[in-house]
Amino acid sequence: MAKRERKPRTPMPEQDPQARARNFEEVALGYTEEMAVEEASRCLACKNKPCVRGCPVNIDIPAFIQLVAERRFKEAAEVVAQANALAAICGRVCPQEEQCEKYCVMAKVNGPVAIGRLERFVADWAREHLPQNGAHPQPAPDAQRVAVVGAGPAGLTCAGDLAAKGYRVCVFEALHELGGVLRYGIPEFRLPRSILDAQIESIRRMGVEFYTNTVVGRTFTIRQLLESGFDAVFIGTGAGAPVFLNIPGEELNGVYAANEFLTRVNLMNAKEFPVEGTPLKRPRRCAVIGAGNTAMDAARTALRLGAEEVTIVYRRSREEMPARAEELHHAEEEGVKFQLLTNPVEFIGDENGWLQRMRCIRMELGEPDESGRRRPHPVPGTEFEMEVDTAIIAVGQTPNPLIRQTTEGLAVEKWGGIVVDERTGATSIPGVFAGGDVATGAATVITAMGAGRRSAIAIDEYLKAKRAAT
Amino acid sequence: MDTEAPQDPRKSGDWISGNGHACRLEGLLNPSSYRFEILEKERLSESVVRMVIRAPLVAASARPGQFLLIRPLEHSERIPLTISHADRAEGAITIIFQEVGATTRELGGLDPGQLVKDLVGPLGTPSDIRRFGTVACVGGGVGIAVMLPVARALKQAGNRVVGIIGARTKDLLILEREMREASEELIVMTDDGSYGAKGLVTDALSRLVERERVDHCYAIGPLPMMHAVCRMTKEKGIPTTVSLDPVMVDGTGMCGGCRVTVGGEAKFTCVDGPEFDGHMVDWDTLRARKSIYREEERLALEARSGKA
Repeated sequence: MAKRERKPRTPMPEQDPQARARNFEEVALGYTEEMAVEEASRCLACKNKPCVRGCPVNIDIPAFIQLVAERRFKEAAEVVAQANALAAICGRVCPQEEQCEKYCVMAKVNGPVAIGRLERFVADWAREHLPQNGAHPQPAPDAQRVAVVGAGPAGLTCAGDLAAKGYRVCVFEALHELGGVLRYGIPEFRLPRSILDAQIESIRRMGVEFYTNTVVGRTFTIRQLLESGFDAVFIGTGAGAPVFLNIPGEELNGVYAANEFLTRVNLMNAKEFPVEGTPLKRPRRCAVIGAGNTAMDAARTALRLGAEEVTIVYRRSREEMPARAEELHHAEEEGVKFQLLTNPVEFIGDENGWLQRMRCIRMELGEPDESGRRRPHPVPGTEFEMEVDTAIIAVGQTPNPLIRQTTEGLAVEKWGGIVVDERTGATSIPGVFAGGDVATGAATVITAMGAGRRSAIAIDEYLKAKRAAT
Repeated sequence: MDTEAPQDPRKSGDWISGNGHACRLEGLLNPSSYRFEILEKERLSESVVRMVIRAPLVAASARPGQFLLIRPLEHSERIPLTISHADRAEGAITIIFQEVGATTRELGGLDPGQLVKDLVGPLGTPSDIRRFGTVACVGGGVGIAVMLPVARALKQAGNRVVGIIGARTKDLLILEREMREASEELIVMTDDGSYGAKGLVTDALSRLVERERVDHCYAIGPLPMMHAVCRMTKEKGIPTTVSLDPVMVDGTGMCGGCRVTVGGEAKFTCVDGPEFDGHMVDWDTLRARKSIYREEERLALEARSGKA
């Protein structure tokens, strides 16, 4: 055992930074079987499983890792799949260092067991080695019906879980493709489209029906869904409304919300313009404002579109950056620059309304604010200008207002989120549940999935009670 | 306006015709509700096309002033187009558009029996239809198609509608008969004097406001036209509503690309609009934003014609 503990984390092979900064291929290449077995052998199989407490969907982590160590990959994949229908995605985009891996006993020894990489390995292994067209039990003709609004991580998880419980589930999606933020927000170099497609297909095979091009709140309302014969509704519409800085010049051409920039590239494939119809101004000198995962995604996408210089501009210091350590590291390796303790105060354009420069001011950190992070203050007399033709604003999102504006009787928070029972996702309307960013504000893929899962359990209980009452 | 089903929706002047029950479960869960077949196509002028497309769920809930997003082919851009008519009984909507860029030409190249790849709606906030009194409905070019459903609804709400429509030349003037039906009085203007009176719609509007009291004005058309109307009505103190169509991607408030400055605040055209108080709109920044992809539009056209 002692020898085992001293082994360092097995690194995951990656594309060379120079090369990958100019292509959209996946950055991290994944473990081989040998690497996975070696990494899995570092797990101490703790009896009290501290890692599981850090997992929003409660995967039995020691169990699946032991199976990997024994080269029983199929069984390992089954253990993961029981808790997580989207493991290939979570293994790629979860902030593991703040969840499962944070609680790993090995963290104090020689780095935590690479739980996320192993999750990714077993999910990928299963997709490559196991038949993907096996028969799934389909919902019974008299099954109760659940409508899921939004085909992002919360909605997909809730739909998959409910289908597994035997319900007839219909997912309504506003865009023409499924996946929500996984499709329009997260770039291909972090989450290849083939992986996303395969995960959605696995949910479709469980009998879930998908209807795209449907804006609930406009095409029809939540109320109409209930009146049309759905026994319950889950709202997982995310936090899709961009936050702007409210500084002068923000309307200039060349100033993008990260959502628009990423949607044009990821969903509408603007990098292939004009073969593809959606245009995008190719950035040359680009500033990305913000330091979360979305900011890193936008910065790295700008590089891949051929930008000469990409700079992350963030008003706090490196320690406060909300992005995953790995994404930050990848961005640095690829050549993204950082202007920390810096805040934009004005965008300056030419006479035709095109962005030319960005005026910024240096910041210093004071006392912690309500978020627990030290509050930044501008330092007088430190203003300077950066020459930029593209500025991408990635400072956060608020819940899309459509559902709350069109659903009478739905209680909402002051900041726009839907009021829910934290444990069940139940809203103020009986039979209507909500979860993910629309209830909690912008968070991560896995917290949205956790909410989808909790609501699926609560909806199951609600529907059983409803059936028993009739 | 959505209560009674007229006998023949085609003959009816109502904007929304037929009752339809598309929002019932069988409609929601019928995959054919999401197959957008082109039912009719008609050229209103050399470059303006009228198209009727099957979209029962959209038709069932559409209101005047709302739009849809359409992606004609797999590789096309998603573009916003105003819903000109919603036929609930037929489960169909009508769009009228001018072929100017690559995407509108791709759409115009489709024929009855074919499907458009994607269509989503209705989007945007419906027009605030009220009884104002006398309303001047000023439409320019293909903007007349956007004006028509609003004019019809205003008339139905008991307003005295004076229509003013204009085009560069006679052949480009569309929907004259329909606008005449929707108005108590219709004034037709052409820039070159080939039809109606010679001059701009603003000339006709200024004569109208000198002649009689106008309580509200609607102006829908090219940006310079709407701006000119607003300058004039602001001076005369006539509240004016305009309908804007800046660059848009998702149409549900997600991307922020369609932001316009209204009364000093950033508004999203797709959810806060598309109609705004014309006297509050910052026309200069809007003009700049509308030109953002001018060069790309040229490239896209070249790429498409190269393919054809």
